[in-house]
Amino acid sequence: MAKMTLEELRKLRDSKKGDLRKRDIAGKDFQIIIGMGTCGIAAGAKSVFDSFMQELDAHKLDNVAVTQTGCMGLCYVEPTVEVLAPDMPPVIYGKVDSAVVKLIVEDHIMRKKMVSEHVFDRPSIDIIKDGGK
Amino acid sequence: MHASLCDFLLDIVQNAIEADSKNVSLLIEEDATSIKFVVEDDGKGMSEEVQKRVTDPFYTDGIKHVTRKVGLGIPFLIQAVQSVNGEFSLQSEKGVGTTVSYRFFTDNIDCPPVGDFASTMVVMLSFGSDYQMVINRTLNLPQGEESYQLDRLELLDLLGDFNTSGSLNLLKTYVRSQEAALDEIRKQTPEV
Repeated sequence: MAKMTLEELRKLRDSKKGDLRKRDIAGKDFQIIIGMGTCGIAAGAKSVFDSFMQELDAHKLDNVAVTQTGCMGLCYVEPTVEVLAPDMPPVIYGKVDSAVVKLIVEDHIMRKKMVSEHVFDRPSIDIIKDGGK
Repeated sequence: MHASLCDFLLDIVQNAIEADSKNVSLLIEEDATSIKFVVEDDGKGMSEEVQKRVTDPFYTDGIKHVTRKVGLGIPFLIQAVQSVNGEFSLQSEKGVGTTVSYRFFTDNIDCPPVGDFASTMVVMLSFGSDYQMVINRTLNLPQGEESYQLDRLELLDLLGDFNTSGSLNLLKTYVRSQEAALDEIRKQTPEV
């Protein structure tokens, strides 16, 4: 690691600012919640997190918040990702990798179509009636 | 008991910051056989009598920890410095400020490990109160020399705050890169 100058630190801050803004949920319609308990991280949740950041950048989506949570109780299908989208039920995807991340962003978020083969769980119907969030 | 030189340093710097100082300066001069630390503040200072008593582990002003009967920061430091035949000095004037200066001989077998300077500096720079702190760190070895300076207000201005994980991580990355430049010098073989 070369010695960093203040100018480089400023550039790094500016580049990280965009990443930090993605974590902010205020004023955003879509939310992606990544299960990052020990089970999730062991199964690759960190690279899933990075993939979401890259995909959202690639499609210039800024209406989506990416946050993390602990274990969702679905350790057998980690990494798990819950997607909250307006006019759609909350969905938990399992066995997510970077290819599935691409599908989630392009189909679920952009076309409002679930990625059926990776849907593992969603709250029961009465919870959805109550708003689902 | 403290494990590393950085632990002793953090204790002394915390004393300086908590003495209502506006400016704290820290000088760390390292060479092949020793590390010298100078912590200078413009805080409330100590009277002659208090200066004599702070070296006693059973003296404390009882303000910060009301029920505590001991004050161990400086006594432990003196003990560790003496174990490596190092140097310690304390100058203070009431209402003007305090300077603590000490040197550890790192080639002495009883010298504690150095510790993690980068994370210690992040802690020293991110105390909650309002103060300016300038850290000058120099390394002078036969094969070369390297130095860097950290200016708290300059970094605070750049990063915005020192209480969110985002900016603290950036600060740590920055300080680590400065320390890495020192490590580069250490890795070079000295010219014979």
